[in-house]
Amino acid sequence: MKIHEYQGKEILRKFGVATPRGKACFSVDEAVKAAGELGGKVWVVKAQIHAGGRGKGGGVKVAKSMDEVRQYAGQILGMQLKTHQTGPEGQKVRRLLIEEGADIKKELYLGMVVDRVTQKVCLMASSEGGMDIEEVAAHTPEKIHKVFVDPARGLTDAEADDVARKIGVPDASVAQARAVLQGLYKAFWETDASLAEINPLILTGDGKVIALDAKMNFDSNALFRHEDIVAMRDLDEEDPAEIEASKFDLSYISLDGNIGCLVNGAGLAMATMDTIKLFGAEPANFLDVGGGATTEKVTEAFKLMLANPKVKGILVNIFGGIMKCDTIATGVVAAAREVHLSVPLVVRMRGTNEDIGKQILKDSGLPIISASDMADAAQKIVAAVSGK
Amino acid sequence: MSILINKNTRVVTQGITGKTGQFHTKMSKEYANGANCYVAGVNPKKAGESYEGIPIFASVKEAKKQTGVNTSVIYVPPPFAAAAIWEAVEAELDLVICITEGIPVRDMVEVKDKMRKAGAKTILCGPNCPGIITPEEIKIGIMPGHIHMKGRIGVVSRSGTLTYEAVGQLSDLKLGQSTAVGIGGDPVNGLKHKDVLELFMNDPDTDAVIMIGEIGGSDEEAAAEWYARECKNKKPVVGFIAGVTAPPGKRMGHAGAIISGGKGTAQEKLAVMEACGIKTTKNPAEMGKLLKSVL
Repeated sequence: MKIHEYQGKEILRKFGVATPRGKACFSVDEAVKAAGELGGKVWVVKAQIHAGGRGKGGGVKVAKSMDEVRQYAGQILGMQLKTHQTGPEGQKVRRLLIEEGADIKKELYLGMVVDRVTQKVCLMASSEGGMDIEEVAAHTPEKIHKVFVDPARGLTDAEADDVARKIGVPDASVAQARAVLQGLYKAFWETDASLAEINPLILTGDGKVIALDAKMNFDSNALFRHEDIVAMRDLDEEDPAEIEASKFDLSYISLDGNIGCLVNGAGLAMATMDTIKLFGAEPANFLDVGGGATTEKVTEAFKLMLANPKVKGILVNIFGGIMKCDTIATGVVAAAREVHLSVPLVVRMRGTNEDIGKQILKDSGLPIISASDMADAAQKIVAAVSGK
Repeated sequence: MSILINKNTRVVTQGITGKTGQFHTKMSKEYANGANCYVAGVNPKKAGESYEGIPIFASVKEAKKQTGVNTSVIYVPPPFAAAAIWEAVEAELDLVICITEGIPVRDMVEVKDKMRKAGAKTILCGPNCPGIITPEEIKIGIMPGHIHMKGRIGVVSRSGTLTYEAVGQLSDLKLGQSTAVGIGGDPVNGLKHKDVLELFMNDPDTDAVIMIGEIGGSDEEAAAEWYARECKNKKPVVGFIAGVTAPPGKRMGHAGAIISGGKGTAQEKLAVMEACGIKTTKNPAEMGKLLKSVL
């Protein structure tokens, strides 16, 4: 689960990480009022969307007067902000963060993820802040310093101080950097984060160490123990189809192609998508109906796929193990009837009660195309969609 | 022979009183030598009771003491699953197979750290995996037993139904399996591709291995590089990687199946595997045929 920058900063502040003072706003008037309350002469107007790269897309502006705050807030609020992470259609800006301006002397980078090889939390720090860290990693990997944190001990003073010095924090500011690093680690660990990033972390002219940005993602498997974080979820930032799918315990992801696929199991679902591509077409979605697919679930899955106007055909690929093929076949027939299916449907079924399942499809009188294996199924749906 | 489990393995089910645990324990008990293999269940509140003739004990330690179990299978719900793993490790079992899906990553980081620091000899398989099967001897997990066939091909995979797909293709070609191991789709887990590959390389009754991976992480690359370094030409290995079409940053069902920071793409994994002497196919319908071609 993702949250906004201002929410990430709220969390970090609770763990002792210094951030600029700021306020989340939902209208231009609120933005102007917030700037007045913050005081000072410089404010930053920041678009709050879940995607990164907001600055380059015109979603972050520095205002030097109240008029400019009003002007920029008006420009940014409601805009379709396009960044390298939003896709070509962009994301509508519905929230702003108004912050006091900061005196930036140097920009640093901090990031945290769970490393799969060492199976520990990995702190990544670099003197090259403000930039795309993937670029730094690709071209100057020696400028990224890593610490693999012992889970029982946490990030020690010595580790924190060492990494702070390595990324160019002057001695006088090392104690502050330590508070930021240990605070970030604690925040990451205690909230079950899957990613935390402060880019940039800044050194100010008067030697302060401040998180100018904050990005946090959370482990969806751990949300059951974090009601406060669940409350931060912003459904406006998520794909409506994916939200709908999650209500029925379906794992669904929208893609750009025109062949809908319904599969049981994540690995087999990916493999099915790959086979469609192998035969010259593109999948419209990833959809895993899971182990216990009922008629209701299959019907909802069909509705979801068909709600996408790009879908010109559907491929169902089921390996029935514990889940029996006749159950799935009954579900597919019921779903096809209920949604008045008008696009070609290819079904490939394998496993327990395969023959009964195939007979059910045949007896339904529906124009369902049967396939013998995955490749056959992909070829048949690609042909049907391209009108061959 | 086989790897990890055989007809002499004795199993305790942790979570035997839940719906999933009961269903799969019953199915597993009915498979091959299951009636002799499934000898204990655990539930601290239901000690003294039984399920399908399997006695229930208060703890794994007690189950081990009373029945001599050496392996555990876990169906405990996600919030309690890591503690269940630790209980089995503390009881010094040889193998723990954790089927549970949806365990918080932090819980796994903690339990794996404790296992390393304790120098635990217990092998962990999973979590979020279909389990392990040695055909016609024993099935521990949720895979459909009837698609398997006894033979000399090793199967190792991160996914469930895609493993069944590979096994189904092998059985159709009359290529039986020595053991099929599902290592699971979570980012922090027990056995890795490399570990299982090593066991197969050292198993006199395995002639060739099919290794199935998916996007995310670098386990497949690590296994391929180990194979090229230590075992090339010993036994043939073929592979498939799911997720060529997966876009970066989108989690494909499994907690570990995500391309992040440009790393863990299917193309990259396939290239490393090929360079290490592992033949791959881009067509998952031909995994069985590919394996047959290298025998």
